[in-house]
Amino acid sequence: MNDFLTRRQVLTGMSVLGLGLLAGCDGSTTALDFKYGKDLSNKIMGRTFKLTDTQGEVKTLSSYRGLMPMVFFGFTQCPAVCPTALARAAQIKKIMGEDGKTLQVIFITVDPERDTPQILDAYVKQFDPSFVALRGTLEQTQHVAKEFGVFYEKVPAGETYTMSHTATSFVFDSRGNLRLGLSPSLSAKQCAEDLTTVMEVC
Amino acid sequence: MTALFSKSVLAFSLLLGVSVSAMAQTRVDDAWVRTTVQGQPTSGAFMRITADTDSKLLSVSSPVAKDVQIHQMSMTDDVMRMGPVDSVALPAGKTVSLDPDGYHVMLMGLTGAIKEGDNVPLTLTIENDKGVREEVQVSAPARAMSSQMDMSHDHSKMH
Repeated sequence: MNDFLTRRQVLTGMSVLGLGLLAGCDGSTTALDFKYGKDLSNKIMGRTFKLTDTQGEVKTLSSYRGLMPMVFFGFTQCPAVCPTALARAAQIKKIMGEDGKTLQVIFITVDPERDTPQILDAYVKQFDPSFVALRGTLEQTQHVAKEFGVFYEKVPAGETYTMSHTATSFVFDSRGNLRLGLSPSLSAKQCAEDLTTVMEVC
Repeated sequence: MTALFSKSVLAFSLLLGVSVSAMAQTRVDDAWVRTTVQGQPTSGAFMRITADTDSKLLSVSSPVAKDVQIHQMSMTDDVMRMGPVDSVALPAGKTVSLDPDGYHVMLMGLTGAIKEGDNVPLTLTIENDKGVREEVQVSAPARAMSSQMDMSHDHSKMH
């Protein structure tokens, strides 16, 4: 019927047959040639995080196996780069059509003190109902940021604070290998092109 | 906007008997505020400001927020840095954009959620090179997060 279903069916079949065959779907995590984004295929990053989703369920990278997770760090009181990145992600999904259904956007808050599960859930869902938000304790947040090489810090602003943070979107392939780093300066169309390259791997 | 501008200037000129050119003019175009979800205590306001003399934007206030600050966002190597600034320079005749890529107005401690279709009143305090301050009233429509940069509506008003 379409590429998407076929790919999913193939993937499911392979999972049943085991890891040996799965590895055969490309062979290894050799470097990919991206047109716009940064190839992260040789980086060991973001593999062991353990965070909680807005329903209170513990999630790890393997929770999203079979999907193409795209991870973005931010906070809901972010006025500019976060809504822009999430709106771009929603647009990417649309551009990719059926293939876009495998794209799992994951928003990880760097401000767990203020971003409650309720606010996070409402925040990400307004961009696309399929988007998920993950949240950790302060320690878990530090850990996951370190794992991704993500910088974040509080910046005093009057009686409260705002935040600075890395604005890269990190993309994994469907087997959980980190593949691609997308800069906030890229357009949705450019991102979609590179994501198609990730999908071709596996 | 243009019609409103000319009319108010005309009325003002007639009233005070001054020439139009002697008056400080600050134009605010395309002001908008981002909608928020329930429980989200902050939002951003964006606009384009054009002053006719070298001026600076000192502060912004709004009845919908307890604290309004001007922040600057900058991006280096994909790291977004954010922080409050004291003022924004408005060089004569140059349009300065307060947009998601640079300066923006932070509405902090919102009194309630900002919904699509709301009009958010903003008061801009602008000081010219002679130290004269003026207040510019703006009514900024609220827009959803995902739509931006594609609107050409003009809801701004002259002071």
